[in-house]
Amino acid sequence: MSRGVVEIEGAGLRFGDRVLWSGLDLDVQPGEFLAVLGPNGSGKTSLLRVLLGLQSLSAGKVRVVGRSPGRGNRKVGYIPQQRAMDEQLTLRGTDLVGLGLDGDRWGFGLLGAGRRRRRVAELVDSVGAESYASSPVGRLSGGEQQRLRVAQALIGEPDVLLCDEPLASLDLTHQRVVSELIDRRRREAGTAVLFVTHEINPILSYVDRVLYLVNGQFRIGTPDEVMNSRTLSELYRTRVEVLRVGGQIHVAGAQSALCEDEVHHHVDERVS
Amino acid sequence: MDKLFDFELTARLLGLDFVQTALLAAAVLGLVAGTLGPLIVMRRMSFAVHGTAELAFTGAAAALLLGIGVSYGALLGAVVAALLLGLLGGRESERDSVIGVILSFGLGLGVLLLWFYEGRASNKFGILVGQIVAVEPQDLTALLVAAVVVLVVLGLIYRPLLFASVDPAVAVAKGVPVGLLSPLFAVLVGIATALGVQIVGALLVVALMVTPAAAAARLTASPLRATVLAVVFAEVAAIGGIVLSLAPGAPVSFFVTAISFTIYLVCRVVAYVRGRERHGAVDAVSAASGVPAAHQR
Repeated sequence: MSRGVVEIEGAGLRFGDRVLWSGLDLDVQPGEFLAVLGPNGSGKTSLLRVLLGLQSLSAGKVRVVGRSPGRGNRKVGYIPQQRAMDEQLTLRGTDLVGLGLDGDRWGFGLLGAGRRRRRVAELVDSVGAESYASSPVGRLSGGEQQRLRVAQALIGEPDVLLCDEPLASLDLTHQRVVSELIDRRRREAGTAVLFVTHEINPILSYVDRVLYLVNGQFRIGTPDEVMNSRTLSELYRTRVEVLRVGGQIHVAGAQSALCEDEVHHHVDERVS
Repeated sequence: MDKLFDFELTARLLGLDFVQTALLAAAVLGLVAGTLGPLIVMRRMSFAVHGTAELAFTGAAAALLLGIGVSYGALLGAVVAALLLGLLGGRESERDSVIGVILSFGLGLGVLLLWFYEGRASNKFGILVGQIVAVEPQDLTALLVAAVVVLVVLGLIYRPLLFASVDPAVAVAKGVPVGLLSPLFAVLVGIATALGVQIVGALLVVALMVTPAAAAARLTASPLRATVLAVVFAEVAAIGGIVLSLAPGAPVSFFVTAISFTIYLVCRVVAYVRGRERHGAVDAVSAASGVPAAHQR
């Protein structure tokens, strides 16, 4: 059996008395697209924090690209949720992408500046951001920023791509563009994708498996295995209706628990 | 007022040793302040710089009273301030008020210390508004050493610090020690502030640490270009301010801040005009192609 790029064994995470999840076993294979779904507070982002080495498990083991999650594993790419940036911020799109390549290294990085510039240009091209990559990032639209975020995450040639609500607050066109770029990477380079989202529809056609977290419980399986009325009703412990309409999945019935319009915490904020 | 343009007097004064020492000190300060400035602006630390400067004043006042070098007092005060602000103001929501709290207490304490001091009144005034012409050769050595330390450390941490400043979420995810870089940078800013206190005084340090960088940010979005511009602006303000102050014998601080402020205003005007031209061009393009301009922002 081939080794997973992300291997999680008997993992549990609790904050005080509150168990986010426990007994989690998960193997993510190269090139696999895994969607991580669940209501707010179910521990989706905490799972990403664990994989990034920013949060330790309460129980179990985890390995990312053959290593225990440590700070600065260069084989791990990360795409955050779009957030407004200061319009006056002294930073161009190309600078943002370049920081993904070597922003964690010490020094000015004057050596190899030419090679760096070429590499940044390549990545900017690959996400179709040439026309605005030299503009101040704070003046770009959310969709333009997220395209650059994809380039920033991919410039380090990651084996795993961790995405934290990268489509939130984007318009439909950019949701499609950004998810296509992510899908292309995993098909062309075999990068595994863990995609935390509160809305599966924009990525439904790419998803191989779903990890659905609710109140300490979870289910793992293909979208058909997980996203059905029976499984979600069990998870939510209430009657949930899953409707398939025009190739989309709509979940109805669990009132407040499913009202996920609000986006959850960010990775760099601590969940108390 | 006509003294301001007495070039003969200015030229004669420029030949004096202590004036040249002052100019060299100003040049060093301009370089350090200009280099740190863009990062200070990106990290929204302008108020922190002001707070640090007030504590540098407290330290300087204590040193004056104890009869030790004012520059060492300023340095100690500024570094303690930087560490305090770093420790107490970790949360962004609290930072603003913590600075206000520390700043006001430090200023009050400094005033008390000055009241105890029985030496020359001009010394007291000097640490508030600067006394560049009083820079002694041994002060200059200390200034140079401090400047080199700041620039070398900044050079080492520049990339991760920039990453942590502009893009903290991804920087944390990439393993940049954001929690370590913040206090380290605060200490660098503290050292630079202490240098500035001697030249433009505690009240006006912001004019060299923040204004040039804020002006540069209006003109370019490239971090490198912004740094170069900020250094140039800070040098022009610091050196220009001293040269202009020579003939009238007026306080250096006024000229430094006036030049700094003028540069800032000019940069804003330039940015405004450029912005209008750009929008005009975009409007023309979108009118021709029928695409709404709003999308192109």
